[in-house]
Amino acid sequence: MGSVVSCLFGWNPIDRAALGVLGAGQRLAKQCSVEHVVVIVGGASETSVADASKFADVVHVAEHPLLASYHSETTLTALTQIGRSLKPQAVLLGNEIYCQELVPRLAHRLGGTPGGDALSLNAEEGSVVITRTVYGGKALAAIALRRSPAVVWVRSRAQELPQPMSQNAEVKRWPLDLEPCSKVKLIDRHVEVQEASRLEDARVIVSGGRGLGGPEPFTHLQALASAIGGQMAASRAACDAGWVPPGWQVGQTGKKVSPQLYLAVAISGASQHIMGIADAKTIVAINTDPDAPIFQHCQFGLVGDYRQVVGPLRDKLVELLA
Amino acid sequence: MNILVCLKQILDPELPVRDFRIDSAGRDADRRGAGLVMNIFCANALETALQFREKHGGKITAIAFGSASAEEMLRKALALRVDTAVLVKHEFAHRPNPLAVARVLAASARKLGDFDLVLTGRESGDWGDGQTGGLLAEELGRPCLSFVDGIKADPSQPTDVQIRRQTDEGSDAIEASVPLVLTITNNEHNVPRIAKTRDVMQAFKQPLTQWSLSDLGLDESSLADELSSTEIIELTIPTKQTKCEFITGDSLDERIEGLAKRIVAVVQS
Repeated sequence: MGSVVSCLFGWNPIDRAALGVLGAGQRLAKQCSVEHVVVIVGGASETSVADASKFADVVHVAEHPLLASYHSETTLTALTQIGRSLKPQAVLLGNEIYCQELVPRLAHRLGGTPGGDALSLNAEEGSVVITRTVYGGKALAAIALRRSPAVVWVRSRAQELPQPMSQNAEVKRWPLDLEPCSKVKLIDRHVEVQEASRLEDARVIVSGGRGLGGPEPFTHLQALASAIGGQMAASRAACDAGWVPPGWQVGQTGKKVSPQLYLAVAISGASQHIMGIADAKTIVAINTDPDAPIFQHCQFGLVGDYRQVVGPLRDKLVELLA
Repeated sequence: MNILVCLKQILDPELPVRDFRIDSAGRDADRRGAGLVMNIFCANALETALQFREKHGGKITAIAFGSASAEEMLRKALALRVDTAVLVKHEFAHRPNPLAVARVLAASARKLGDFDLVLTGRESGDWGDGQTGGLLAEELGRPCLSFVDGIKADPSQPTDVQIRRQTDEGSDAIEASVPLVLTITNNEHNVPRIAKTRDVMQAFKQPLTQWSLSDLGLDESSLADELSSTEIIELTIPTKQTKCEFITGDSLDERIEGLAKRIVAVVQS
């Protein structure tokens, strides 16, 4: 009897991302007719454990003083111990950078197959099949992961929410045997964004691109964003140029966002950028070029120079929202 | 320090959507007629290695596992003054997955000698698996840190490096002992440099080691377990296009007002 393991971290709350992992894990477990097992690595709060237990058959809390926060080697060792013992068909993680780092290594240690950025997961003929965008969003692939277990990080916020089970899961403590790692030492963890302002969770995003030409126009975009309670983002070109922090980057190699409103200013809309905003509900673009690819992906567009548009647009929005 | 930089040649990501085709087998992009380039994160990794060598000395070996066309990319690496370039050449019927690639790269690394740092790009701009670095670390039995955007060394601690890696919330500063595998991401400090014309000319005369799988004691059957662990079931080009409503109006002010009203409707929904 196997299982599908959804892996969460105790240092994160059970937020939309975690619920997405639980939803994907629950559905896959049902398809495979196996137990949905949730593993919470690190010191989980009582609320987190209670929340997770609504959506699982078993919840394992794997606490250890060395797992108070993420450490590449120690966290991997912990997950390996758990994985080797549970022998699951699949292990699912979210799309945090830490998860992306863990997946290939964990898959290798468990003798399984790694997979990433899964939009959907299905059990077909004994294999887990994931779908994901490839070639910078130009194509969509369905890939079977033949060697069990499939170890996959999922596009967590794009996953449907889990359904409450008829009864809450049994909660168990998982004893871990860990030793401090002397080869990799965390010296400082620098936090730029607070949990509340994560781009992935933003409802409204205002984003600027190469067409802005420098860091200064972003201050005008910021004023516009503030007027509508939005958060700031940028295309890769703007981040690479150093105009704005790398954490603002949206796209294939940046954040994947799913806001109600994504306002793209002076962004041409290369497929790599579109990949990051595929889950946005409404995309609005302002661009000087009516043939810019971004207009093929947005609901509303305004052809114009941001220099003449952004200021008056902000004033108008303030007036309308007053 | 000795640095191994793993490079991958990919279909040019700048290829317009309208020119993107899927091959006749329906399992990969059609490379015919399309430009091939060094994967951008690999170029960032190479730039990181070059900057590290400028400050701290050492040697850089560039390696690629791929088809004969990858030689062009390695010549470019030679033009950027890497010390050695190695091409492990094999024409597969289907694209090898990261598990297979990592095994070949690990066998190559062992044959080449001891490396303090093995760098890969964080992911590739084609299939974007983002797994090769982590798998390579496991094959070599070394720690791995990914999304690294800065490496420094302190001469007083010759076996340690100071690493900055990006996280979802910001960044981690890490001190780690070599040997290590690092996957490199982009930031404003590792934008790839352009080779000097003279070095480009020179690069074509420089030696470039070419190996086949058998030089590494491998062949397709010894990689069968890895190669068969994934299967592309389907590859399609999404056709979904949204009809954009261009805001109209006699004046720019009118159009801005029209846009503002629609934005307010979305924000308040």
